[in-house]
Amino acid sequence: MANVVKSIETPLSLEYTHTAGRAPTRFLRGMAQGRILGQRCPECRKVYVPPRGSCPRCGVATDEEVEVTGKGTVTTFCIVRIPSDALSVDPPFTCAHVLLDGADIPFFALIQECPFDQVRMGMRVEAVWVPPAERKPSFESIRYFRPTGEPDVVVAREGRE
Amino acid sequence: MRQVAVVSFAQSPSVRRETDLNEVEMLMPVVHEAVARSGLAMREIGFTVSGSSDYLAGGPFSFVSALDAVGAWPPIVESHVEMDGAFALYEAWVKLQTGEADSALVYAFGKSSLGDVAEVVTLQLDPYYVAPLWPDAVSLAALQARAFLEASGKSERDLAAVAVRSRRDARKNPMAQLAGEWSVEDVLKDPYLVAPLRRHDCPPISDGAAAIVLAADDVARRACRRPAWISGIDHRMEPHALGLRDLARSRSTAEAGERAGVGRAAVDVAELHAPFTHQELILRDALRLDDRVPVNPSGGALAANPLMVAGLIRIGEAARRVMEGDATRAVAHATSGPCLQQNLVCVLEGGR
Repeated sequence: MANVVKSIETPLSLEYTHTAGRAPTRFLRGMAQGRILGQRCPECRKVYVPPRGSCPRCGVATDEEVEVTGKGTVTTFCIVRIPSDALSVDPPFTCAHVLLDGADIPFFALIQECPFDQVRMGMRVEAVWVPPAERKPSFESIRYFRPTGEPDVVVAREGRE
Repeated sequence: MRQVAVVSFAQSPSVRRETDLNEVEMLMPVVHEAVARSGLAMREIGFTVSGSSDYLAGGPFSFVSALDAVGAWPPIVESHVEMDGAFALYEAWVKLQTGEADSALVYAFGKSSLGDVAEVVTLQLDPYYVAPLWPDAVSLAALQARAFLEASGKSERDLAAVAVRSRRDARKNPMAQLAGEWSVEDVLKDPYLVAPLRRHDCPPISDGAAAIVLAADDVARRACRRPAWISGIDHRMEPHALGLRDLARSRSTAEAGERAGVGRAAVDVAELHAPFTHQELILRDALRLDDRVPVNPSGGALAANPLMVAGLIRIGEAARRVMEGDATRAVAHATSGPCLQQNLVCVLEGGR
């Protein structure tokens, strides 16, 4: 058909002021100070890093603060080979779940200072912070994680309910 | 049909801007309070359903993170509507009717303060012909108010009387946001916001959360000394396009009210989800409530209007009056969409 309108442009944008909340605020303020702050569930005793103010398993508020170190263990990983303008590093690179010592929930992290094909489950890693003057209330205060050189640990198998 | 009742209700105070707590932190105490009042253990509840909107939250899948307030482990049966929580309650009622669950947790949360709420609500309109013109919620309500005033012969004074009564009644509601004593003369001195509406004709911008526990048959009798039995509930919707319907009336409310059985016996109290003053008058007509029926003794949405929550609060407030013995038969109404497009009517009765 001739002269069919195939598309229209209707630009729209909305702006929001996000409220981080009490627990994330404490975590983010810690990031600016080079500290990693988690919270412990009063029921299942799991330590959440980063904390969200609640235990999603038990459905209760978490209010006991727990500071953990920047050292942890890779529990699983993947090798990214897809380039993207949004990424700060060139592929291939490794993303991993890192379980920080003292935490019970791993979180997503970038692994650097290590060839991508040498990252493995059980590998010990540590946070590399940006210089103190550049730290902000943001996850970006941790630049990435790198191997510590400590011996690997045996990663517990799943299915532990 | 199974007999299904509201057995508990809890809500947060409505506030203009909750800058301390995020949605989960705001919602969690409300969910816990409602479940605790039901006497049921969280794990006993057979179905969980929520009402909220990502457009309000400004992020995708905000209802999924809200489940942190409930605890979804071991895995639970859960659903969500991108609407007011009152419509989530309707889904829960259907679920209980199927017999697949004997109890349900219904909750709703909304922070209207995070963005420009009048613009956020615009995005529910037709995306080709209407939304690109950005008519905001107050302007659309004003179109309806003008149509209503012309058709009914009512005056701006009648609208002001609704606002004055709401704010006065809200003084007894600790959860309300806008309460106090004004005179009709006072508020009519204000300039128009969008004629014929003045500021008092419009709802406050509110952040808040609410939760209700529903239970069926003996579970309800165990959970509550005086359950608020849902004797009728119905949801009707009209065309989305505003030009296709008579804005001065609400036929969907009238039909939902008939099917829910509003007129079958005397109504002790009604909680109507009318964010704008003229809408209360339209709804009162549609439900054929005579002047003796107290409407919105809580202050209604004109006193506290957390979007996605204010409709569920109407059901909660009506049910509370039945559960506390202040009413034998209460009517609750909730709306969704522009200018009363969709309407839900629920009749709650005590003593069965």
